Amino acid sequence: MTQPTDASARRWSDHQVEQLIGRLLQIGVLLAAVVVLVGGVWLLLQHGGTRADYSVFAGEPAMLRSLTGIVRGVAAHDSRALVQAGLVLLILTPVARVALTLVAFVIQRDRVYIVVTAIVLALLLYGLVYGRA
Amino acid sequence: MTTLTLALFVVGGSFCAGMLGSLTGLGGGIIIVPMLSLLFHVQLRYAIGASLVSVIATSSGAAAAYVREGFTNVRVGMLLEVATTAGALSGAAVSGLIPTSALAVLFGLVLLFSAYRSLQRREDHALLTTPDKWAARLRLDSTFPIAGGEQPYSVRRVPAGFALMYAAGILSALLGIGSGIVKVLAMDQTMRLPFKVSTTTSNFMIGVTAAASAGVYLHKGYIDPTLAFPVMIGVLAGALIGARILSGANTTRLRQLFTIVVVIMAVEMLYKGARGGI
Repeated sequence: MTQPTDASARRWSDHQVEQLIGRLLQIGVLLAAVVVLVGGVWLLLQHGGTRADYSVFAGEPAMLRSLTGIVRGVAAHDSRALVQAGLVLLILTPVARVALTLVAFVIQRDRVYIVVTAIVLALLLYGLVYGRA
Repeated sequence: MTTLTLALFVVGGSFCAGMLGSLTGLGGGIIIVPMLSLLFHVQLRYAIGASLVSVIATSSGAAAAYVREGFTNVRVGMLLEVATTAGALSGAAVSGLIPTSALAVLFGLVLLFSAYRSLQRREDHALLTTPDKWAARLRLDSTFPIAGGEQPYSVRRVPAGFALMYAAGILSALLGIGSGIVKVLAMDQTMRLPFKVSTTTSNFMIGVTAAASAGVYLHKGYIDPTLAFPVMIGVLAGALIGARILSGANTTRLRQLFTIVVVIMAVEMLYKGARGGI
Protein backbone atom coordinates (compact mmCIF):
# COMPACT_ATOMS: atom_id res chain seq x y z
CA MET A 1 0.00 0.00 0.00
CA THR A 2 1.33 3.39 -0.93
CA GLN A 3 1.18 5.71 2.04
CA PRO A 4 2.10 9.36 1.97
CA THR A 5 5.48 9.19 3.68
CA ASP A 6 5.94 12.79 4.68
CA ALA A 7 3.36 13.66 7.36
CA SER A 8 3.65 17.39 6.80
CA ALA A 9 3.10 16.97 3.06
CA ARG A 10 -0.07 14.98 3.74
CA ARG A 11 -1.31 17.57 6.19
CA TRP A 12 -0.83 20.36 3.68
CA SER A 13 -2.67 18.42 1.03
CA ASP A 14 -5.52 17.60 3.47
CA HIS A 15 -5.70 21.26 4.32
CA GLN A 16 -5.95 22.32 0.68
CA VAL A 17 -8.71 19.78 0.10
CA GLU A 18 -10.62 21.11 3.10
CA GLN A 19 -10.37 24.68 1.79
CA LEU A 20 -11.70 23.56 -1.57
CA ILE A 21 -14.55 21.58 0.04
CA GLY A 22 -15.52 24.57 2.19
CA ARG A 23 -15.68 26.80 -0.88
CA LEU A 24 -17.69 24.19 -2.80
CA LEU A 25 -20.27 23.89 -0.01
CA GLN A 26 -20.71 27.66 0.12
CA ILE A 27 -21.13 27.99 -3.65
CA GLY A 28 -23.58 25.06 -3.76
CA VAL A 29 -25.79 26.42 -0.99
CA LEU A 30 -25.69 29.95 -2.43
CA LEU A 31 -26.59 28.75 -5.92
CA ALA A 32 -29.42 26.57 -4.59
CA ALA A 33 -30.76 29.43 -2.44
CA VAL A 34 -30.79 31.84 -5.42
CA VAL A 35 -32.68 29.34 -7.62
CA VAL A 36 -35.16 28.52 -4.82
CA LEU A 37 -35.71 32.22 -4.08
CA VAL A 38 -36.31 33.16 -7.73
CA GLY A 39 -38.60 30.16 -8.21
CA GLY A 40 -40.38 30.86 -4.91
CA VAL A 41 -41.13 34.52 -5.68
CA TRP A 42 -42.36 33.49 -9.12
CA LEU A 43 -44.47 30.74 -7.53
CA LEU A 44 -46.10 33.25 -5.15
CA LEU A 45 -46.83 35.65 -8.03
CA GLN A 46 -48.52 32.81 -9.90
CA HIS A 47 -50.24 30.89 -7.11
CA GLY A 48 -50.07 33.26 -4.10
CA GLY A 49 -53.85 33.68 -3.96
CA THR A 50 -54.77 29.99 -3.96
CA ARG A 51 -55.86 28.32 -0.74
CA ALA A 52 -53.06 26.52 1.08
CA ASP A 53 -54.03 23.28 2.81
CA TYR A 54 -51.39 20.76 3.82
CA SER A 55 -53.40 18.95 6.48
CA VAL A 56 -53.83 15.86 4.33
CA PHE A 57 -50.88 14.08 2.74
CA ALA A 58 -51.52 13.49 -0.95
CA GLY A 59 -47.93 13.34 -2.23
CA GLU A 60 -46.52 15.55 -4.93
CA PRO A 61 -47.51 15.19 -8.59
CA ALA A 62 -45.23 12.93 -10.65
CA MET A 63 -43.61 15.93 -12.36
CA LEU A 64 -42.16 17.18 -9.07
CA ARG A 65 -40.96 13.77 -7.87
CA SER A 66 -38.38 12.69 -10.42
CA LEU A 67 -35.25 14.37 -11.74
CA THR A 68 -36.45 14.08 -15.35
CA GLY A 69 -39.90 15.42 -14.44
CA ILE A 70 -38.35 18.45 -12.73
CA VAL A 71 -36.12 19.19 -15.75
CA ARG A 72 -39.14 18.93 -18.05
CA GLY A 73 -41.15 21.17 -15.71
CA VAL A 74 -38.45 23.85 -15.73
CA ALA A 75 -38.34 23.67 -19.55
CA ALA A 76 -42.12 24.19 -19.56
CA HIS A 77 -41.72 27.30 -17.33
CA ASP A 78 -43.35 25.82 -14.24
CA SER A 79 -42.48 27.85 -11.12
CA ARG A 80 -42.88 24.89 -8.75
CA ALA A 81 -40.48 22.84 -10.86
CA LEU A 82 -37.92 25.67 -10.64
CA VAL A 83 -38.11 25.66 -6.82
CA GLN A 84 -37.79 21.89 -6.90
CA ALA A 85 -34.72 22.22 -9.18
CA GLY A 86 -33.14 24.52 -6.59
CA LEU A 87 -33.87 21.95 -3.87
CA VAL A 88 -32.24 19.24 -6.01
CA LEU A 89 -29.16 21.49 -6.34
CA LEU A 90 -29.13 21.75 -2.55
CA ILE A 91 -29.35 17.95 -2.16
CA LEU A 92 -26.53 17.60 -4.70
CA THR A 93 -24.20 19.89 -2.70
CA PRO A 94 -23.25 17.27 -0.06
CA VAL A 95 -23.09 14.66 -2.84
CA ALA A 96 -20.55 16.84 -4.68
CA ARG A 97 -18.63 17.22 -1.44
CA VAL A 98 -18.34 13.45 -1.07
CA ALA A 99 -17.34 13.10 -4.74
CA LEU A 100 -14.59 15.70 -4.29
CA THR A 101 -13.35 13.94 -1.15
CA LEU A 102 -13.19 10.72 -3.16
CA VAL A 103 -10.99 12.45 -5.75
CA ALA A 104 -8.75 13.70 -2.97
CA PHE A 105 -8.33 10.20 -1.51
CA VAL A 106 -7.57 8.85 -4.98
CA ILE A 107 -4.83 11.47 -5.39
CA GLN A 108 -3.50 10.55 -1.95
CA ARG A 109 -3.73 6.85 -2.93
CA ASP A 110 -5.44 6.14 0.36
CA ARG A 111 -7.07 2.82 -0.54
CA VAL A 112 -9.06 2.29 2.66
CA TYR A 113 -10.69 5.71 2.37
CA ILE A 114 -11.22 5.40 -1.38
CA VAL A 115 -13.43 2.39 -0.56
CA VAL A 116 -15.13 4.12 2.41
CA THR A 117 -15.91 7.26 0.40
CA ALA A 118 -17.08 5.28 -2.63
CA ILE A 119 -19.61 3.43 -0.42
CA VAL A 120 -20.99 6.74 0.92
CA LEU A 121 -21.23 8.14 -2.61
CA ALA A 122 -22.99 4.99 -3.87
CA LEU A 123 -25.54 5.13 -1.02
CA LEU A 124 -26.24 8.82 -1.74
CA LEU A 125 -26.67 8.25 -5.48
CA TYR A 126 -28.88 5.25 -4.81
CA GLY A 127 -31.22 7.42 -2.71
CA LEU A 128 -31.29 10.17 -5.30
CA VAL A 129 -31.71 8.03 -8.41
CA TYR A 130 -33.53 4.86 -7.31
CA GLY A 131 -35.14 6.20 -4.16
CA ARG A 132 -38.64 4.99 -5.01
CA ALA A 133 -38.42 1.92 -2.75
CA MET B 1 -55.14 30.77 4.56
CA THR B 2 -53.74 31.63 1.13
CA THR B 3 -50.43 30.33 -0.16
CA LEU B 4 -48.93 33.82 0.19
CA THR B 5 -50.01 34.25 3.83
CA LEU B 6 -48.76 30.79 4.75
CA ALA B 7 -45.41 31.44 3.01
CA LEU B 8 -44.94 34.72 4.93
CA PHE B 9 -45.75 33.12 8.30
CA VAL B 10 -43.53 30.12 7.58
CA VAL B 11 -40.60 32.35 6.49
CA GLY B 12 -40.95 34.31 9.73
CA GLY B 13 -41.16 31.22 11.93
CA SER B 14 -38.31 29.47 10.16
CA PHE B 15 -36.17 32.61 10.42
CA CYS B 16 -36.63 32.62 14.21
CA ALA B 17 -35.94 28.87 14.40
CA GLY B 18 -32.77 29.23 12.32
CA MET B 19 -31.50 32.19 14.34
CA LEU B 20 -32.26 30.56 17.71
CA GLY B 21 -30.68 27.30 16.54
CA SER B 22 -27.53 29.04 15.38
CA LEU B 23 -27.20 31.31 18.44
CA THR B 24 -27.60 28.45 20.90
CA GLY B 25 -25.61 25.98 18.81
CA LEU B 26 -28.45 23.48 19.19
CA GLY B 27 -29.62 23.56 15.58
CA GLY B 28 -32.94 24.98 14.47
CA GLY B 29 -33.95 21.89 12.50
CA ILE B 30 -35.45 20.19 15.52
CA ILE B 31 -38.24 22.78 15.97
CA ILE B 32 -39.20 23.17 12.29
CA VAL B 33 -41.36 20.02 12.18
CA PRO B 34 -43.28 20.78 15.41
CA MET B 35 -43.75 24.39 14.26
CA LEU B 36 -45.19 23.37 10.89
CA SER B 37 -47.28 20.61 12.42
CA LEU B 38 -48.59 22.33 15.56
CA LEU B 39 -48.91 25.94 14.37
CA PHE B 40 -49.71 25.58 10.68
CA HIS B 41 -51.45 22.16 10.68
CA VAL B 42 -49.10 20.79 8.06
CA GLN B 43 -49.30 17.00 7.73
CA LEU B 44 -46.24 15.43 9.34
CA ARG B 45 -44.79 13.93 6.14
CA TYR B 46 -44.76 17.30 4.34
CA ALA B 47 -43.23 18.90 7.44
CA ILE B 48 -40.48 16.26 7.57
CA GLY B 49 -39.65 16.78 3.88
CA ALA B 50 -39.40 20.57 4.25
CA SER B 51 -37.35 20.31 7.44
CA LEU B 52 -34.80 17.91 5.92
CA VAL B 53 -34.14 20.40 3.13
CA SER B 54 -33.44 23.18 5.63
CA VAL B 55 -31.12 20.85 7.58
CA ILE B 56 -28.99 20.33 4.46
CA ALA B 57 -28.81 24.09 3.89
CA THR B 58 -27.69 25.05 7.40
CA SER B 59 -25.28 22.13 7.78
CA SER B 60 -23.55 22.83 4.48
CA GLY B 61 -23.43 26.56 5.18
CA ALA B 62 -21.96 26.13 8.67
CA ALA B 63 -19.62 23.27 7.75
CA ALA B 64 -17.90 25.55 5.25
CA ALA B 65 -16.79 27.79 8.09
CA TYR B 66 -15.85 24.98 10.52
CA VAL B 67 -13.84 22.89 8.05
CA ARG B 68 -11.41 25.76 7.59
CA GLU B 69 -10.71 26.03 11.33
CA GLY B 70 -9.11 22.57 11.31
CA PHE B 71 -11.24 20.89 14.00
CA THR B 72 -13.18 18.61 11.67
CA ASN B 73 -11.85 15.05 11.45
CA VAL B 74 -12.59 14.22 7.81
CA ARG B 75 -11.65 10.52 8.14
CA VAL B 76 -13.85 9.93 11.18
CA GLY B 77 -16.64 11.86 9.46
CA MET B 78 -16.41 9.91 6.22
CA LEU B 79 -16.20 6.52 7.96
CA LEU B 80 -19.24 7.27 10.12
CA GLU B 81 -21.15 8.62 7.12
CA VAL B 82 -21.27 5.03 5.84
CA ALA B 83 -23.37 4.26 8.94
CA THR B 84 -25.48 7.44 8.89
CA THR B 85 -26.33 7.29 5.17
CA ALA B 86 -27.19 3.56 5.43
CA GLY B 87 -29.36 4.42 8.45
CA ALA B 88 -30.99 7.32 6.58
CA LEU B 89 -31.86 5.10 3.61
CA SER B 90 -33.29 2.44 5.97
CA GLY B 91 -35.34 5.07 7.82
CA ALA B 92 -36.66 6.61 4.61
CA ALA B 93 -37.59 3.15 3.30
CA VAL B 94 -39.72 2.24 6.34
CA SER B 95 -41.04 5.75 7.08
CA GLY B 96 -44.19 5.25 4.98
CA LEU B 97 -45.12 2.18 7.03
CA ILE B 98 -45.08 4.03 10.35
CA PRO B 99 -48.27 5.92 11.28
CA THR B 100 -47.80 9.67 11.79
CA SER B 101 -49.09 9.43 15.37
CA ALA B 102 -46.19 7.08 16.23
CA LEU B 103 -43.74 9.45 14.50
CA ALA B 104 -45.16 12.32 16.57
CA VAL B 105 -44.61 10.39 19.83
CA LEU B 106 -41.04 9.53 18.78
CA PHE B 107 -40.51 13.20 17.94
CA GLY B 108 -41.76 14.25 21.36
CA LEU B 109 -39.32 11.88 23.06
CA VAL B 110 -36.39 13.13 20.97
CA LEU B 111 -37.33 16.74 21.81
CA LEU B 112 -37.39 15.92 25.53
CA PHE B 113 -34.01 14.21 25.28
CA SER B 114 -32.61 17.25 23.42
CA ALA B 115 -33.91 19.59 26.12
CA TYR B 116 -32.33 17.40 28.82
CA ARG B 117 -28.99 17.35 26.97
CA SER B 118 -28.99 21.11 26.41
CA LEU B 119 -29.33 21.72 30.15
CA GLN B 120 -26.53 19.34 31.11
CA ARG B 121 -23.18 20.86 31.83
CA ARG B 122 -20.59 19.75 29.37
CA GLU B 123 -17.63 18.11 31.02
CA ASP B 124 -14.47 17.74 29.07
CA HIS B 125 -13.13 14.23 29.36
CA ALA B 126 -9.43 13.47 29.42
CA LEU B 127 -7.93 13.15 25.97
CA LEU B 128 -6.74 9.66 25.21
CA THR B 129 -3.55 9.07 23.36
CA THR B 130 -3.29 5.28 23.69
CA PRO B 131 -3.99 3.77 20.29
CA ASP B 132 -7.09 1.61 19.73
CA LYS B 133 -7.11 -1.40 17.36
CA TRP B 134 -9.76 -0.05 14.94
CA ALA B 135 -8.61 3.54 15.20
CA ALA B 136 -5.07 2.49 14.31
CA ARG B 137 -6.17 0.31 11.41
CA LEU B 138 -8.35 3.08 9.99
CA ARG B 139 -5.89 5.87 10.90
CA LEU B 140 -8.55 7.88 12.73
CA ASP B 141 -6.30 9.48 15.33
CA SER B 142 -5.55 13.10 14.58
CA THR B 143 -4.70 16.45 16.11
CA PHE B 144 -6.57 19.70 16.62
CA PRO B 145 -5.26 23.25 16.91
CA ILE B 146 -4.65 24.69 20.39
CA ALA B 147 -2.84 27.82 21.48
CA GLY B 148 0.76 27.29 20.45
CA GLY B 149 0.49 24.07 18.46
CA GLU B 150 -1.42 20.87 17.78
CA GLN B 151 -2.99 18.58 20.39
CA PRO B 152 -2.98 14.90 19.38
CA TYR B 153 -5.93 12.69 20.34
CA SER B 154 -6.94 9.07 19.96
CA VAL B 155 -10.30 7.54 19.04
CA ARG B 156 -11.95 4.70 20.99
CA ARG B 157 -14.77 2.14 20.53
CA VAL B 158 -15.19 2.56 16.79
CA PRO B 159 -17.76 -0.31 16.31
CA ALA B 160 -20.04 1.06 19.07
CA GLY B 161 -19.82 4.57 17.61
CA PHE B 162 -20.60 3.17 14.18
CA ALA B 163 -23.74 1.41 15.48
CA LEU B 164 -24.95 4.59 17.21
CA MET B 165 -24.43 6.50 13.98
CA TYR B 166 -26.65 4.03 12.13
CA ALA B 167 -29.37 4.81 14.67
CA ALA B 168 -28.74 8.55 14.23
CA GLY B 169 -29.25 8.11 10.47
CA ILE B 170 -32.59 6.33 10.96
CA LEU B 171 -33.76 9.04 13.36
CA SER B 172 -32.70 11.78 10.95
CA ALA B 173 -34.76 10.27 8.12
CA LEU B 174 -37.83 9.40 10.22
CA LEU B 175 -38.11 12.84 11.83
CA GLY B 176 -36.53 15.18 9.27
CA ILE B 177 -33.90 16.39 11.73
CA GLY B 178 -30.11 16.55 11.69
CA SER B 179 -29.75 14.24 14.75
CA GLY B 180 -26.76 16.33 15.80
CA ILE B 181 -27.40 15.42 19.45
CA VAL B 182 -27.03 11.67 18.84
CA LYS B 183 -24.03 12.23 16.55
CA VAL B 184 -22.22 14.32 19.14
CA LEU B 185 -23.13 11.77 21.83
CA ALA B 186 -21.61 8.97 19.75
CA MET B 187 -18.39 10.84 19.06
CA ASP B 188 -17.91 12.69 22.35
CA GLN B 189 -19.14 10.07 24.84
CA THR B 190 -18.60 6.75 23.06
CA MET B 191 -15.61 7.36 20.80
CA ARG B 192 -14.00 9.87 23.17
CA LEU B 193 -13.23 12.50 20.58
CA PRO B 194 -12.58 16.03 21.89
CA PHE B 195 -15.86 17.98 22.21
CA LYS B 196 -15.03 20.65 19.63
CA VAL B 197 -13.98 17.94 17.15
CA SER B 198 -17.23 16.05 17.83
CA THR B 199 -19.49 19.06 17.23
CA THR B 200 -17.76 20.27 14.06
CA THR B 201 -17.49 16.74 12.60
CA SER B 202 -21.16 16.15 13.44
CA ASN B 203 -22.13 19.32 11.56
CA PHE B 204 -19.98 18.20 8.65
CA MET B 205 -21.89 14.88 8.54
CA ILE B 206 -25.44 16.19 8.96
CA GLY B 207 -25.78 17.48 5.39
CA VAL B 208 -24.65 14.19 3.86
CA THR B 209 -26.98 12.16 6.11
CA ALA B 210 -29.96 14.39 5.28
CA ALA B 211 -29.16 14.35 1.55
CA ALA B 212 -29.48 10.53 1.52
CA SER B 213 -33.05 10.51 2.83
CA ALA B 214 -34.04 13.76 1.05
CA GLY B 215 -33.34 12.00 -2.27
CA VAL B 216 -35.75 9.20 -1.31
CA TYR B 217 -38.38 11.64 -0.02
CA LEU B 218 -38.23 13.63 -3.25
CA HIS B 219 -39.31 10.49 -5.11
CA LYS B 220 -41.95 9.70 -2.49
CA GLY B 221 -43.53 13.14 -2.91
CA TYR B 222 -42.78 14.41 0.65
CA ILE B 223 -41.00 17.53 -0.61
CA ASP B 224 -43.48 20.22 -1.55
CA PRO B 225 -41.93 23.28 -3.25
CA THR B 226 -44.53 25.71 -1.90
CA LEU B 227 -43.73 24.64 1.67
CA ALA B 228 -40.01 23.80 1.41
CA PHE B 229 -39.17 27.16 -0.21
CA PRO B 230 -40.13 29.45 2.73
CA VAL B 231 -38.65 26.98 5.24
CA MET B 232 -35.29 26.78 3.48
CA ILE B 233 -34.95 30.53 2.86
CA GLY B 234 -36.14 31.40 6.38
CA VAL B 235 -33.89 28.96 8.24
CA LEU B 236 -30.84 29.80 6.11
CA ALA B 237 -31.27 33.56 6.57
CA GLY B 238 -31.85 33.11 10.31
CA ALA B 239 -28.81 30.88 10.72
CA LEU B 240 -26.54 33.26 8.79
CA ILE B 241 -27.65 36.29 10.79
CA GLY B 242 -27.45 34.29 14.03
CA ALA B 243 -23.84 33.38 13.26
CA ARG B 244 -23.04 37.08 12.62
CA ILE B 245 -24.36 38.34 15.96
CA LEU B 246 -23.13 35.32 17.92
CA SER B 247 -20.13 37.04 19.49
CA GLY B 248 -22.12 39.73 21.30
CA ALA B 249 -25.05 37.63 22.51
CA ASN B 250 -25.72 36.21 25.95
CA THR B 251 -26.32 32.60 25.00
CA THR B 252 -27.21 31.26 28.48
CA ARG B 253 -30.58 33.06 28.46
CA LEU B 254 -31.17 32.04 24.85
CA ARG B 255 -30.43 28.38 25.63
CA GLN B 256 -32.96 28.52 28.47
CA LEU B 257 -35.54 30.11 26.15
CA PHE B 258 -34.83 27.53 23.46
CA THR B 259 -35.12 24.69 25.99
CA ILE B 260 -38.52 25.97 27.17
CA VAL B 261 -39.76 26.14 23.55
CA VAL B 262 -38.49 22.60 22.94
CA VAL B 263 -40.19 21.22 26.09
CA ILE B 264 -43.55 22.84 25.21
CA MET B 265 -43.35 21.40 21.71
CA ALA B 266 -42.36 17.98 23.10
CA VAL B 267 -45.42 17.88 25.37
CA GLU B 268 -47.74 18.89 22.53
CA MET B 269 -46.26 16.35 20.13
CA LEU B 270 -46.52 13.58 22.74
CA TYR B 271 -50.11 14.55 23.62
CA LYS B 272 -51.32 14.85 20.03
CA GLY B 273 -49.45 11.74 18.95
CA ALA B 274 -50.82 9.65 21.82
CA ARG B 275 -54.36 10.80 21.06
CA GLY B 276 -53.83 10.03 17.38
CA GLY B 277 -54.62 13.64 16.48
CA ILE B 278 -51.64 14.20 14.24
